[in-house]
This record gives sequence, C-alpha cells and structure tokens, in this order.
Amino acid sequence: MDYTSDNLFAQMGQWLVAPENWSGERGIPMRILEHLGYTGLTMLIALAVAVPIGLYVGHTGKGRVVIVSGIGILRALPTLGMVFLFVLLAGLGLLPPIWALVLLAVPPVLSGVYAGIASVNRDTVDAARAMGMSEAQILFRVEVPNGLPVILGGVRAAVLQVVATVAVVAYINLGGLGVFLVEGTQLRDYGRLFGGAVVIGVVAIAVDLLMALVQKFAVSPGLRAGRAPVRTQDSGRQKAVASAQGGTT
Amino acid sequence: MEWFLANIDFIAGLTGQHLIQSVVPLVLAVVLAVPLAQLARLNRTVGAVILTLSSILYTIPSLAMFVFLPLLLGTSIISPVNVIVALTIYAVALLVRSTLDALESIDDGVRQAAVAMGFTPVRRFLTVDFPLSIPVLFAGLRVISVTNISLVSVGALIGVSSLGTLFTDGLFRSFPTEIAVGILITLVLALVMDLVLVALERLVTPWRRQAPAKGSTPETVAVEAYRVGA
Repeated sequence: MDYTSDNLFAQMGQWLVAPENWSGERGIPMRILEHLGYTGLTMLIALAVAVPIGLYVGHTGKGRVVIVSGIGILRALPTLGMVFLFVLLAGLGLLPPIWALVLLAVPPVLSGVYAGIASVNRDTVDAARAMGMSEAQILFRVEVPNGLPVILGGVRAAVLQVVATVAVVAYINLGGLGVFLVEGTQLRDYGRLFGGAVVIGVVAIAVDLLMALVQKFAVSPGLRAGRAPVRTQDSGRQKAVASAQGGTT
Repeated sequence: MEWFLANIDFIAGLTGQHLIQSVVPLVLAVVLAVPLAQLARLNRTVGAVILTLSSILYTIPSLAMFVFLPLLLGTSIISPVNVIVALTIYAVALLVRSTLDALESIDDGVRQAAVAMGFTPVRRFLTVDFPLSIPVLFAGLRVISVTNISLVSVGALIGVSSLGTLFTDGLFRSFPTEIAVGILITLVLALVMDLVLVALERLVTPWRRQAPAKGSTPETVAVEAYRVGA
C-alpha cells in the first residue's frame, strides 16, 4: 500500500488503521479467526491426549519418571523444525503442522494436570478415601477441583505457546497472522511487517487475559476463600507451580 | 549421514551461532533478574510494576518480538542482537518471578539470625538471601535454557543464522535430512546445556551436597514443583 510517510512507526500506524486491511478474505479479522482456529484445534487434540495421561499418573503415581523425562524431551524439540519436518514427510495440508504444534502443547498441559493432581494435600485424599469415596470419585470430586488452579495454569501456558507459534504456519502457506510477516518481508512493506507483529502481540495478550479470567472463575470459591489466610506449605507449593506456569514463550 | 559429514563445517558454524544466541541471554538474565527481584521484594509498588510488565512482555510471541526489536533498537533485521535481546527479555521475565518467590520463601528465622549477628543489609543479601535462592534460580535457568535453545531457531525465519537455518533451508530444498539433523543437534545442545547447569549448580551450592535435604523444606518443594511445572 502507499504510505504518506517514510517513518516506520507512522507506516505501521497507517497500515493498522487502513480500512482495506480490516475486511475481506485476506484482512486482519479473517487472519485472526484462522489463527485462533488453528490454536483451538491444536489445543483440543493436545487436551484429549494429555489430560487422561496426566490424571492417571497424578492419581496413581505410576509412570511419574517416564512422563517427567518425556516432557523434558518434548520441551527441547524445536517446534519450527518439527513443523517443517512434518510438512516435508507428510505433505502439505492442515494436519501435519497441527500435529507438530500438538507436540508443543502437550508438555505444559501434561505437567500442569500431573502436578495439579499430585499437589493436592494427601490428608485430604485420605480423608475422602476414609469416607468411602471410590477412586473415580476421589479423582473427580476431590483431586481435580483442588488441583484446578495448577491444571488451568498448565493449560494457559500451553495456549500461550501455541498462539505464539501458530504464526510460523504462514511460512508453509496456511495463513494465520504470520502471513503479514511473510508478506511484509517479501514486499519490503514495513508498515505491514511491523503492523502484523503488533496484531500478533495484541492477540496473544488478549488470549492470555481471557485464559486468566477463565482460570479465576473456574476455581472453586471454597478454594479461593480458604487459601488466602492460611499460608501452609501446600499453598506455597501450589504458588510455586502456578508461578512456574504463569506463562511461556 | 553423508550430508552431515559433507557439510560439517557449515553445521558447526551454525551450531556456534546457535549457542551464542542461547547462552548470552542466560547470563544477562541472571545479572538483571536478581537485582530486579530484590528491588521488587523491598518495594511493593515497584514490585507490582516489574511483575506486571514482565508478564506482559513474556506474552509477546517471539516472532513478533524478533520483527519488532530492530525498529526499537535500530539494529539490522537480520542481526543476532535482536534474538539475544528478545530471549533476554523472556528470561528476565521468568527469572524475576521465580527469584522473587525464592527470596520470599527464605525462612524468616535465618534472616533474623543474620540481622542479629550484625550483617549489614548488603552483606545479608549477598551471603544469606542470594545463596539460599540459588537452587530456585537454577531451576528457572534450566527451564529457560531449554526454551531458548528451541526458540533461537525461530530467528531463522527472519534471516538470523542459527541451527534454524537448517530448517528453513531444508524446507526450501524439500530435504528432510537437513531438518532432522538440525532437530537432533538442537536436542543434543539442550541436553548438554542442562547437564552443564546441573554441574554448575552443584559446584556453587556445596552445602547441599554435604547434607542432602531429604525432608520437604519449602525450598526443595518449590524447586521440585518448579521442575515438574515448568
């Protein structure tokens, strides 16, 4: 597009407010929808894979070492390389890159679910068992509600990473907000390049705020009321876990 | 394998650039985050500002940050400085929070004992508070080191050389071997850096080797939770 100024900040501003960038198939709103769609799809698959494993390991304590080391390896995988490798090996199309992104989302969700369940006070769990609750009841009525802040912290960290990384699928022609960066570089259109970067940043921050709200309202009121005054060792641990997961990438 | 051997110089060069871009931010982050955390602990208002700002910065996607920094710093868009500054920002954001938690979890009795023995605030910070927060600091550093090594490759998308160059080049040439080699070297780098950090931690915390803290002191619990959690 034509800019009336040579200043890069001014060009960025002009690109961001130009009406033609806010409509149509290639406009900002459609790209945001695409971006969020990929993020949502990735998260659905990641949750379906990671939540059951996390619940099982957290509840039974079996396989702890396996998942902790597995998580370590998954975390070390460079997502960019995985996306490109999957595309080359499995062909273009939507699913190969999505699976690579799932590998990125699984570790935070898995460790959040596992750590959330494992961080529930053992006395509470024993009390539930002594009251005659079945193992399933203990898991879903005691451990999950009590571990929810940590679990959601893990989910939030995963969403944040995925929203950030979906930008790379534009480099394999799948759209999303990364498109503005690709086009901006190719066309040497700096307004588009920097404007696109701003849109990505704003979307990531908005999604994270939304997740923070979900985290706040999904947590049982009993847990919120009880945790504030009593600073037991357990709440310290939850705080540590939560802060460790406060965000990523 | 043949490709790997034929291009070993090229790959070694990229690995070197990759290491520099991932290690320099770690060092800078420690130097910046520890004073910031102490500042945050001493003054609530400053602390709230630092924590809010760092969580916002942490949320900005790396690709957007890599693109945007040259505009603010006046650097060339393909300069590795952009990657180093961006990763330093993320590392500081994460470390400030965990270091602050570590400083706050130090037993008040220990602190009061130091005061009673006549330690000045500066000396108390350097010889009591800071050493006791080292385990948490290292837990944070290990997390950051792994993420950094993975994130550096994203810089290749905007033209900064690193092992990520193998990914973009491999995609461009439809040559999966090149990408696979890049992924393997990245994994090895991450593992080696982790081992180095573990060794370094043992080296600087000799008191923990002599008395293996078996019980769950708040500090070990926090570190354990941190390792699992992040």
